[in-house]
Amino acid sequence: MRSHAVGVFLFRRLLELVVLVLVISFLVFTLEYLAPGSIIDALLGTADKSPEVVAAMRHEYHLDQPFIVQYLLWLKDAVHLDFGRSIMLNVPVIQAIVSRLSVTLFLGVFGFLIAVVAGLTLGIVAAVKKGTGIDRGTVGLTVLGVSAPTFATGLILLWAFAIMLGWFPVIGQGDPTFTDRLWHLTLPAVALGIAGTALMTKMTRAALIAALEQDAIGFARSRGVGWWRILFVYGLRNSLVPILTAAGIVIASTLTGSVLIEETFSLQGVGTLLISSIQNKDIPVVQGATVLIAVFVIVINTLVDIAYLAVDPRTRGKAATA
Amino acid sequence: MTGTITAPDTGLLSPRRARRARPGFVVAASFVIVALVVLCALAGNQLAPYPAGKQDLMQTLELPSAAHLLGTDDLGRDVFSRIIVGAGSALAGPLVIALGAMVIGTLLGLLAGYRGGLVETIVMRWVDLMYAVPQLLIAIVIVGVLNGSYWEAVLVLVILTAPGDTRIIRGATIAQRRLPYVEALRVLGVPGRRILLGHIWPTLMPLTVAQTFLNFATSLVSLASLSFLGLGVAPGAADWGRMLAEGRELIATNPWTAIAPGVAIALTAASMNIVGDWLHERLTGRNSR
Repeated sequence: MRSHAVGVFLFRRLLELVVLVLVISFLVFTLEYLAPGSIIDALLGTADKSPEVVAAMRHEYHLDQPFIVQYLLWLKDAVHLDFGRSIMLNVPVIQAIVSRLSVTLFLGVFGFLIAVVAGLTLGIVAAVKKGTGIDRGTVGLTVLGVSAPTFATGLILLWAFAIMLGWFPVIGQGDPTFTDRLWHLTLPAVALGIAGTALMTKMTRAALIAALEQDAIGFARSRGVGWWRILFVYGLRNSLVPILTAAGIVIASTLTGSVLIEETFSLQGVGTLLISSIQNKDIPVVQGATVLIAVFVIVINTLVDIAYLAVDPRTRGKAATA
Repeated sequence: MTGTITAPDTGLLSPRRARRARPGFVVAASFVIVALVVLCALAGNQLAPYPAGKQDLMQTLELPSAAHLLGTDDLGRDVFSRIIVGAGSALAGPLVIALGAMVIGTLLGLLAGYRGGLVETIVMRWVDLMYAVPQLLIAIVIVGVLNGSYWEAVLVLVILTAPGDTRIIRGATIAQRRLPYVEALRVLGVPGRRILLGHIWPTLMPLTVAQTFLNFATSLVSLASLSFLGLGVAPGAADWGRMLAEGRELIATNPWTAIAPGVAIALTAASMNIVGDWLHERLTGRNSR
């Protein structure tokens, strides 16, 4: 019975995922029509614009088809990761994105790891030391960390550690070797990680405090169970759902944040590619990058929902009705 | 009969909560910062020692001094004055976003929570869609592709912020709908619209006010992010995000051109968050931390 409920839940979540991706892809497709100026003008530039050339171009880009047909043709290619050619770079969109991917992935994973490790540590310490100066200090820093925009923290770090102290390079992503990347991307990753750390700390602390207030914990204590076991096995295990939620939010905000951080530190990543494509009205690249990032975030959200079932058996019974 | 119907306990009158709600130092400081920023937004041009756009090409990139408290930028404009005047665009947009989201969210949330059925399904599907996408990214793409102005950016953010309010108000409305006093009002034949606006809505006010402050802080950072990327605000405007972007190039000569707007954004947003959290705790009687 229970495995049936889980199956229904998984099926529904996957169906929702497909519908969401379709809606997003449609919205992204319409960007081309919202943008001022026509794609033909953008492609031809100052070249000859005789009616024959324009008609041929319209046919090649399916602009002579009804709107919905144009969307379906675009979607058919997009499923195969074919988003057309970049107007600005004159290479396939997917090639332009892949060439920038390594910097963004390195930065994103680095920032996420900082957020998870630092956030969990600070959250656990604050919850255990609840009500003390350590706790209040942590909570105060958390509010500041959640509120400060990543690019502002990034610039302050840049000034302090790259310009004043000279410990780290000022701009660029360095050579594609691990150590050089690490050295170049540490400051951006820390800036990116601070906001995530604050969120992780806040959620971990609140969840752990609630978990440790349960009757079962008091009973375990009176039975003489060690505090280590109470904290990590009983307490943390019962706080996993909010912690997972926070991790999901951190992944999504790290992606958006990396657009701003790449711009702050002049890194050649997907984020700066997106921004320069927006500025140059290179719509195919904007569409490709937006769809890929949005789909990634939607998939992460779905995985987090499924992970709830794994970490908390109580959610399995509710799954079918949720 | 009607005398037995009492308003639901929102915790407003509970003495234990009133005692706990006495603001501490951090909350008091946050209120002061918010008040200062509002003052600068209202009377920035009178308070600033120099006009925000006044260039002095003889005194470019000066470090802080008595004449220029935060130094000058590459065109010799006084950074301190620009921070003060910049409070205007830092507050105007977020105020419209927070209030707009509050109005839309309250209307849709009340309707979805009280009516249920098809209306609820449609509204909540829309909310789910908005929640599933990275919101700031969508705002960046739409405003960028449309070459949107500052107020168009504000409009996009209203649409992206409203779902959060809708979800919270809907949840609270459903909780209220189940309470006996609503049942009693229905039995007495009070029309649905009057129950909704005259009886349920007032109980949701504390929640709405607190959420509006939190939205204000979030949209301040979102708008600053957009203008940092060169979207929405015109180049050269005395806007904190824009100043930060332009100061990035000057950070080696006068770091205050970048750090001052960064600190201004962070402090204002943090203060708004603290005030919002405090109001939430005090008005709803729930411990949000």
